[in-house]
Amino acid sequence: MMEIPYTVKPHPVTGVYNGKFGIWLFLASEVMLFGALFSAYVLLRVGADTWPRGSALLNVPLATLNTMLLITSSVTMVMSWASLKVNNFGKYRFYFASTIFLGLAFLVVKSFEYGAKFEHNHFPSTDTFYAIYFTLTGLHGLHVLGGILVNTYLLSTAKSMWNRDPEHMTNRIECAGLYWHFVDLVWIFLFPVLYLL
Amino acid sequence: MSVQHPLEHRHEAPGFWRKYLFSTDHKTIGIQYAITAMFFLLFGFALIMLIRWQLAYPGKPFPIPFLASLLGEARMVSGIMLPEFYNELGAMHGTIMIFLGVVPLAVGAFGNYVMPLQIGAPDMAFPRINMASYWAYFLGGIVMLGSFFVPGGAASSGWTSYPPLANIATQGQTFWLIGMVFLITSSLLGSINFIATIVQLRAKGLSFFRLPFFVWAQFVTAFLLLLAFPPLEAAGVLQLMDRLFGTSFFLPSGLVVGGKALEVSGGGNPLLWQHLFWFLAHPEVYVLILPAMGIVAEIIANNTRKPLWGYKPLVYSVLFLGFMSFIVWAHHMFITGMGTVMSTFFQATTMIISIPSVVILTSLIISLWGASIRYTVPMLFALAFLPMFGIGGLTGLPLGLASSDIHLHDTYYVIGHFHYVVAPGTLLALFAGVYYWFPKVTGRMMSEKLGKIHFWLSLIFINGVFLPMFFQGMAGVSRRLYDPTTYAYGKVVQPLNIVMSYSAWLLAVAQIFFLINLVYSIWKGEKASSDNPWDATTLEWATPTPPPHGNFLTPPEVYHGPYEYSVPGRKTDFLPQNQSE
Ligand code: HEM
Ligand SMILES: [Cu+2]
Repeated sequence: MMEIPYTVKPHPVTGVYNGKFGIWLFLASEVMLFGALFSAYVLLRVGADTWPRGSALLNVPLATLNTMLLITSSVTMVMSWASLKVNNFGKYRFYFASTIFLGLAFLVVKSFEYGAKFEHNHFPSTDTFYAIYFTLTGLHGLHVLGGILVNTYLLSTAKSMWNRDPEHMTNRIECAGLYWHFVDLVWIFLFPVLYLL
Repeated sequence: MSVQHPLEHRHEAPGFWRKYLFSTDHKTIGIQYAITAMFFLLFGFALIMLIRWQLAYPGKPFPIPFLASLLGEARMVSGIMLPEFYNELGAMHGTIMIFLGVVPLAVGAFGNYVMPLQIGAPDMAFPRINMASYWAYFLGGIVMLGSFFVPGGAASSGWTSYPPLANIATQGQTFWLIGMVFLITSSLLGSINFIATIVQLRAKGLSFFRLPFFVWAQFVTAFLLLLAFPPLEAAGVLQLMDRLFGTSFFLPSGLVVGGKALEVSGGGNPLLWQHLFWFLAHPEVYVLILPAMGIVAEIIANNTRKPLWGYKPLVYSVLFLGFMSFIVWAHHMFITGMGTVMSTFFQATTMIISIPSVVILTSLIISLWGASIRYTVPMLFALAFLPMFGIGGLTGLPLGLASSDIHLHDTYYVIGHFHYVVAPGTLLALFAGVYYWFPKVTGRMMSEKLGKIHFWLSLIFINGVFLPMFFQGMAGVSRRLYDPTTYAYGKVVQPLNIVMSYSAWLLAVAQIFFLINLVYSIWKGEKASSDNPWDATTLEWATPTPPPHGNFLTPPEVYHGPYEYSVPGRKTDFLPQNQSE
């Protein structure tokens, strides 16, 4: 009976374990997804007679706050992985929980922003600017939410996994981190494109 | 998960559910894909057989009154198909055949079952994701089928779902979009798995240039799926927003529908959809053809008892094809009013992409040269693939040049072109694959006699269906036309429709021989002479039959390229990859 190789240990040639290779492929497809949406944005904007300046309609201070939250969460994500690398499970737990918490804070701020727009009768159907704004930020928000759910699950099983197979556990956090940084990166693009330009 | 970790429980005998329904074994999943995809192929075929009645005898009541009354007044009034229903059938035929039939069979079934065996792997890199991929596909299929029963019926705006029509279509279109999201998710999970498996899990000694061509084809296909599908997903999300939240991504300002101005904000662009759609859908056509080429290459090498002629050119061609397929998409849009600069670019890339196709076809044909060919059933199908794909590819050239495409666009000529590649082409190759790998899956052979009947009847009638399309198209008959006799030029070529329809129905009859053969041979077929009944060289034949969970008894090691046939100075005329000498 053969077992699947390289589930935990890196492949001698590619230098990565299967999961990490998989997550990179997944992120490549995500780049194409958001790339397509950004292209759609460009095409719509180029084709429009007038296009509002994002800063005139959207709440830049709140978005700046959100940018800070996400960047910080990426930092704590790295710290949590680094803590596992030096076998400090307690620290991992603290940093990883902070990442989840910061992600949640991002969503709360975002929902306040949405709420304010709805109050002023600005909906996706209002015009093309709001349509693309809500679509892009909404899809990004779903990615944040997905990350939070998976991270929460990972945190809840962390202890037993750590006791059983610490290397596998560390790998998982590394993969979760790669995804999280990507979600962060998308926001770094969204913020200037939608709010500033 | 806190206590269980399925991978660590592999050694226990799995229960019924785990073994047959929620299995993580790539072979079971492959078989699940095969059965589901074949069901959808039959279903999609049934849809178009209904259409063939309307096309052959427009406005005449349906000859099977029972079926007409079963379909109900909303679809057929006193036996005559309504135009709305006709549109549903057309749109869903295309969608089902491509996304639920051919791709899942070519990639989900053959790729899943054969590829890990050919690279000497115990399973896919991510078995549970593999299972999830199948179930996402299954759910997508359910949503698509369910859409026939929602008010207004299924999607009716073509498999291409062009706005503005698709934006204002009935609810079925929303189901179509949701179904597509499931299918895209499924192929995303699948393609990640395929690529990771091929890169990480190859057996010892199996370098990239020792991979069977089938694996290369699946490898490139997986990249196409991975990178081309997300833009369609983006487009689908935008169209969903349009339909559910009233945005106008694809609706221009000032649109009037049925005499009334549409109450939307406007400012959108219908061409945006076409760009996003074809950015997927052109690579998608190579997803439809590459696995077929892979299957045919395996079978030709095996039955000519010679190495493939030009293995390396084949590999470079398939890589180049994969790359180029991302920059030809707008040849589907020549008449949308793009400027000459744009159209020149896309004409050039389209001509360039035909080169690797020709190289592949030529290599396969030259491989036959001087061989003492074994005319087994799989070989017959593989041989037939070559001219059929040739016709399909060559008829694509006039479509790739804007000046001739203006005349041919959206006519039956286009339908003829792509069906020659996908139906007489890919489908015949898929049949070849079924006959070829059946003994590995079941330990029994399929009947030669039934197989030959199936082959000849299929070959004749499938050409009867599609060959006349070129003539109709050149006469100007447009696709998606409910009543082809509406226009005078259509009347001239109308008799062809009767030929085509009878061919289609007889083609269905021919498939009965296949189905009987398939079912009969599973239990009653002649026992395969060994684990390697075709005397093949690739690793899938080095496993027990059927391969157990984990595939190989001991990790295989590879010493040669994939097609060491008729090596001089050997007793047998084949040298398996895992035999050192
Ligand atoms: C080998 C060279 C090929 C060339 C030059 C070529 C060219 C074209 C062009 C220019 C069109 C657009 C025609 C129009 O709408 O006016 C077209 C349509 C199409 N081709 Fe090809 N093609 C080639 C091979 C293939 C292959 C291998 C496949 C699939 C397996 C394929 C599948 C299709 C499909 C599905 C459509 C029609 C889509 C639709 O409008 O519904 N083609 N082809
Ligand atoms: Cu194309």
